[in-house]
Amino acid sequence: MAEIAISARHVSKEYVIAGINHDTLRDRIAHGCRSLLGRQTAKKVAPRSFQALNDVSFDVREGEVLGVIGHNGAGKSTLLKILSRITEPTGGEVDLYGRVTSLLEVGTGFHAELSGRENVYLNAAMLGMRKVDIDKRFDAIVEFSGTQQFIDTPVKRYSSGMYVRLAFSVAAHLDPEILIVDEVLSVGDGAFQKKCLGKMDEVRRDGRTVILVSHDLPVVASLCQRAILLRHGRVVGDGQPQQIIEQYMSEAFTDAGVSLADRTDRYTKGELTVQAITFLDDKLNPLQPVMSGQHLVIRVHYRCHVRKVFKDMRVMVVINRDERASCIFSTDLVSRTPLDLEGSGYVDFHVPHLPLCGGRYFLHAAIENNIVTQDWVQYAAELQVLDGDYYGTGRMYPHDGWRGKGMFVDHSWRFERMS
Amino acid sequence: MTMNESEAQRAAPFTAGATARAARTPTVKIRPSRGLFHLDLQSVWLYRELLLFLIWRDTKVRYKQAVIGAGWAVFQPLISMLLFTVLFSYLAKLPSDGVPYPLFAYAGLLPWNFIAQATSRSGTSLVGESHLISKVYFPRLIIPLAAASAPAVDLLCALLMMIPLMLWFGVTPGWQMLFFPIFVVIALLAALAVSFWFSALHVKFRDVGHIIPFFVQFWMFASPVVYPASLIPERWRTLYSLNPAVGVVEGFRWSLLGQRPPSLETILPSVGIVLILFVSGIVYFKRMERTFADVI
Repeated sequence: MAEIAISARHVSKEYVIAGINHDTLRDRIAHGCRSLLGRQTAKKVAPRSFQALNDVSFDVREGEVLGVIGHNGAGKSTLLKILSRITEPTGGEVDLYGRVTSLLEVGTGFHAELSGRENVYLNAAMLGMRKVDIDKRFDAIVEFSGTQQFIDTPVKRYSSGMYVRLAFSVAAHLDPEILIVDEVLSVGDGAFQKKCLGKMDEVRRDGRTVILVSHDLPVVASLCQRAILLRHGRVVGDGQPQQIIEQYMSEAFTDAGVSLADRTDRYTKGELTVQAITFLDDKLNPLQPVMSGQHLVIRVHYRCHVRKVFKDMRVMVVINRDERASCIFSTDLVSRTPLDLEGSGYVDFHVPHLPLCGGRYFLHAAIENNIVTQDWVQYAAELQVLDGDYYGTGRMYPHDGWRGKGMFVDHSWRFERMS
Repeated sequence: MTMNESEAQRAAPFTAGATARAARTPTVKIRPSRGLFHLDLQSVWLYRELLLFLIWRDTKVRYKQAVIGAGWAVFQPLISMLLFTVLFSYLAKLPSDGVPYPLFAYAGLLPWNFIAQATSRSGTSLVGESHLISKVYFPRLIIPLAAASAPAVDLLCALLMMIPLMLWFGVTPGWQMLFFPIFVVIALLAALAVSFWFSALHVKFRDVGHIIPFFVQFWMFASPVVYPASLIPERWRTLYSLNPAVGVVEGFRWSLLGQRPPSLETILPSVGIVLILFVSGIVYFKRMERTFADVI
């Protein structure tokens, strides 16, 4: 059994709400004067407190990759800040065994006026690296970032892509024993994200200990060996990532507080968003659960938040299960009619025979065109499918071993004897 | 916050592969901090390279894209010197303890500009670096330390200009030159003391940002920069010397120009106040440090 790398015991963090940002010298002086005059303050506001983390305990073993998930406000960021020593816990204790690097963003402390070379040194020093070690790694860092030509140019003249690549490159060469990462992976373009994930995988295979805080559930599922789920500052789940993600998702749909329209864990321009996804039958009555082979209507409600016509958009829904995409619905795939979105409304996708076999699926929705993604929500809805008689033959599966593992496809067969 | 990063662990960091750990003592311990005097100053020492990097950055950025660059560090006191000579010596006929007034003013401006720069730059330094405070850990004392030390580079540049000035006015430094470094240290301590207090207060009370420019202006006239301390009536002298800048400015002048030595009753109160402010500044800073990231 590997040794313990991180041990958190009864960690709590309490914020006093009154007092933050309302505390000016004037308030203090006014209060002081009133008490001097012997007058009580008219209304004495009891300081309200907010328990961001409440008795959080967990261990992480060496070489383990732990994902931390939870809704906004569940305490993920607070936990991350405590582990990174940015803020102090108000109770409990954490022991870390090994050199720690925490990355809450890439390029912390980059100064626009300084050259790439100077920023590499400054940034690495901020992350706790010593000059001799930076000297040793400098060439590798520059090479990884692919900015050799511009290394002595002030970073204010860099393209945003170059800037992020250089910043990430420094982070990638820190070589810590324990790595604490926030959603730094969600920056940059697709190719860059792939590079980041590759680097993360490398770190994992090197046997480093990693804590990854993320909204990106597929990343958690594919990188982590274990996940914990936070809710209202408490650990409410600890186990296999897949199982914890399912727990998180079921909370997302039962928790009346978080509707799809209000969710903030999305990539959005904020101008046009997916408001809700509902499931209807062929007569447009609400339907859930649904059965394999049934006529299913997936209704995607949208709303424009600006007075503007969004020309030539596509609305897309991806259904997946076990982190693998199962099927894709997209308005531009089945029709060449341009779709211009304005105001609010909905798009209905009609699936005459639902080809999914029994099980639990998640839907991801996007509104985009070829240039820009307006809104992209992962795990936007959950779909429960019950086993049904897709082919109308009374038979559901060819063999029990395949149960729930495939999709139904319309097919026919013909028999011919050759001799 | 309690952190124990032993020197041994820092001695060979960033070497590939896992280092064998003899004993299972945590590299980092995170605890709620208690007690007023848990100052944890060794962590500042561990991050000394970052301190130097920050001083270097501040200096570099300041003079980047400026045509005469670091020449400004010399120009500013020279221009002030000319202005003061015309205003206070030629027009107002202020005495200067028997030293040519331009030299008198320049020797006073050296430490004063340093203290003023350090105060105004470091007073708002924590809030200015709030993006660092909320994203990465390092001992927070490093920030005001760097911001208050960076003007020392300007002080050095301006000091070089002192040589031609002294040659021009035919003033030769004497044995009292030996005391000069001591007064530089006191000036630095004074600047740091004020920086710790202001920067920590500024995180919570943004009023401080508005107070500092006033304060610095007021402070200058309460210090013997344009006039000699001997102008202050004898019975007010001790009270007057509670201003830390009094001892520093008088000390600079004496050690460089060799006018009559400042009395102990001028130096001691100043130094005493500097030390009190310095220590209490660190204690206050460390106390407030716990909540910087939450409040900033």
